Amino acid sequence: MPHPESVLLGLSKLNNILEVDPKARTARLQPGVTNLAISEAAAAHGLYYGPDPSSQIACSIGGNVAENSGGVHCLKYGLTVHNLLCVEMLTVEGERTTLGGGGLDSPGYDLMALVTGSEGLLGIVTEVTVKLLPCPEVARVVMAGFDSVRAAGDAVGAVIAAGIIPAGLEMMDALAIQAAEDFAQAGYPKEAQALLLCELDGTAEEVDQHVEAVTNIFNQHGASSLRVSSDDAERALLWKGRKSAFPAIGRLSADYYCMDGTIPRSQVSHVLEEISKLSAKYQLRCANVFHAGDGNLHPLIMFDSGDPQQLARAERFGADILELSVAVGGCITGEHGVGLEKLNQMPSQFSEAELHQFEDIKHAFDPALTLNPGKGIPILKRCQEYRALPRRHSHD
Amino acid sequence: MHVELHPRYSDNTEAKRAGELISACVHCGLCLATCPTYLDTGDERDSPRGRIYLLKQLLEEGEAGAVTRTHLDRCLSCRSCETACPSGMQYGKLADIGRGMLNIEAPRGPVERLFRFSLRQTLSRPALVAALLRTGQLFRPLLPPRLKRKIPLRQTPGAMPVSTQPRTMLALSGCVQSAATPLTHAAAARVLDRLGISLKIASEAGCCGAVNYHLGAHSDGLDNMRRNIDAWWPMIEAGAEAIISSATGCGSTLVEYGDLLQHDSVYAAKAKRVSALCRDIADVLVDEDLTLLNIERDIGRVAVHTPCSQQHALKQPDIVNTILRRAGFTLAKTRDDHLCCGSAGTYSILQRSRSERLRQRKLEALQVDNPALIVSANVGCQLHLDEESKIPVKHWIELLDPLTHQGH
Repeated sequence: MPHPESVLLGLSKLNNILEVDPKARTARLQPGVTNLAISEAAAAHGLYYGPDPSSQIACSIGGNVAENSGGVHCLKYGLTVHNLLCVEMLTVEGERTTLGGGGLDSPGYDLMALVTGSEGLLGIVTEVTVKLLPCPEVARVVMAGFDSVRAAGDAVGAVIAAGIIPAGLEMMDALAIQAAEDFAQAGYPKEAQALLLCELDGTAEEVDQHVEAVTNIFNQHGASSLRVSSDDAERALLWKGRKSAFPAIGRLSADYYCMDGTIPRSQVSHVLEEISKLSAKYQLRCANVFHAGDGNLHPLIMFDSGDPQQLARAERFGADILELSVAVGGCITGEHGVGLEKLNQMPSQFSEAELHQFEDIKHAFDPALTLNPGKGIPILKRCQEYRALPRRHSHD
Repeated sequence: MHVELHPRYSDNTEAKRAGELISACVHCGLCLATCPTYLDTGDERDSPRGRIYLLKQLLEEGEAGAVTRTHLDRCLSCRSCETACPSGMQYGKLADIGRGMLNIEAPRGPVERLFRFSLRQTLSRPALVAALLRTGQLFRPLLPPRLKRKIPLRQTPGAMPVSTQPRTMLALSGCVQSAATPLTHAAAARVLDRLGISLKIASEAGCCGAVNYHLGAHSDGLDNMRRNIDAWWPMIEAGAEAIISSATGCGSTLVEYGDLLQHDSVYAAKAKRVSALCRDIADVLVDEDLTLLNIERDIGRVAVHTPCSQQHALKQPDIVNTILRRAGFTLAKTRDDHLCCGSAGTYSILQRSRSERLRQRKLEALQVDNPALIVSANVGCQLHLDEESKIPVKHWIELLDPLTHQGH
């Protein structure tokens, strides 16, 4: 929602891939290049770009940098911030500046990490250099249905505890399974209360071993159905449902309010049960799609925007979920940012002193508060980043 | 997405239907990536989501201007967005309603109106199309190259089968196809004859109604449909088991008769039956054993162009590839198969330069693997691509027709 007196800068037409360097395994991109287009261009060299938000056919790398997007593969391969080498940015004074560089480290403070996820508050990104990864020799997906969310949540914990880091580990509840299956026809078990999709990649031996281990864990936790992808087409189909799950909710409801919170993995079952209680309280259905491996929760609250009361209830429901995330030791955003929507929850998350510090950073880059006026506080604020960064950078 | 209908539309059934259709959209934007016109202009208003918002505005404000019409005119109606849409938005239906409403709310100037009227009146009349085409073909040698390319060479359809087979199917002969590429119907009839099926044509049937309907002339379009139903009905009652189309553009309209005429008390039931009986020729052949056909298979790599009507409307994206592969042909790799070639009915006439850009992209995408020829399943795409293609463009059914291979 832009400020009523602002000018909107659309960068989607800056959509050229400037360079793919297979030897350095990098790609230099204009900000409007779509996420998927990077991997498509890199495929000729047996490479791909790691972070893959579900909207990857449409979302752009510039937006990914602004939001520090994750995606289903961020569990193993990291968020956008972990896959960048260099960001070229225009400051509010119009000065072209380069953050980061060709190598893994650059002199001085890591301002590139600060700008990543800053929601357009610190500068305008005009060019991005990303790292590319070699396509894994083999990748397979294990899909399992469960009779309860709790059983699926426990299975997630067990996979991680077994020392396996899946390429992706995703959970969907009954409503999300139904909507996604209606669209993708991927063969999801529609009677299941929860679904896990676990991707394992690496060498053939490694994948075989991990598939066996994960299959055993899922069976031990009472999986009601189990399927392992046999080829890349089947793997893509299994992901298609998950990646379209948000908009597929449109099949069940006129509108939905997509929430984004992050919680400790151990709290999954508890939080989902609380959400279910809130759903009864506000009399609105709620589907859950969940990056289970890294604790990023996406409750999708269904409502009808034609009914103002429902809209108000949906907003209160959403706010309650965010407060709940903070209360269990999580945070109010995983990858969708703060924007205007979550400004109210910022004080629940951060102390007064921290918020002042954020403001100081904004002032340092943009003293007149010209860029993206009125939006969330521009700084590293996401739990996933805290967790992934070395201890000395952490605020806690 | 909720639409608060403007009071002046409170009794307008079309507007109400449009509002209901829009409620399926959750404005996620996944459609933008698969929309040929958005990829061409990068303007949100040339995307499905942008057009949905423009029509929402029309429905809520009770008025719209030339800008809305321009962006809707640029839409190919390829329905690639429907294939991409997880929430099940029926964009094609909305666009048709929108075009009809805009003819009233934002009328065109007299010259443009006359041009569109003539276009509709001509293209929906097979005899007129044939007469014009024959004249063009007669003078073709005298025309400058640019115009010359626009007029396809006269095809020799070859002998039609004479035997009566145990099974009977009806064929829609089509307006442009019957005049410009009569070989398609003849080849289809010969292939089906080998499989024990006689293909019949009802002489009173004509245009499927797509030309009129998609240009916003709904009542003329529905009249075309009713006339066809009347023409086919006696033969349906006599036991014809299917209505076969060999142009997916027409076929995708036939399957919608039931929906489009659902409020017509006289025709609703018949229209539903007709739609249920309608099948594309590929649909009939996909389960047949084609290895028995006496045809030449060693013709080089074949690039399959799957028309939008086939993949996005009929939802059969791989059917021709499957048939040809099973029949023993070698298929060429292609890319961006989901994108429209720019033919899109009258689009190549009404939006020429955009249509030509899309064609250029499509021809490049079809030839990445150096194919020997291109095949399509729709006469519009076939003629449009053939105009600029360096390699032959045919209807795929020709490859299965023994006569074609003997040089007839």
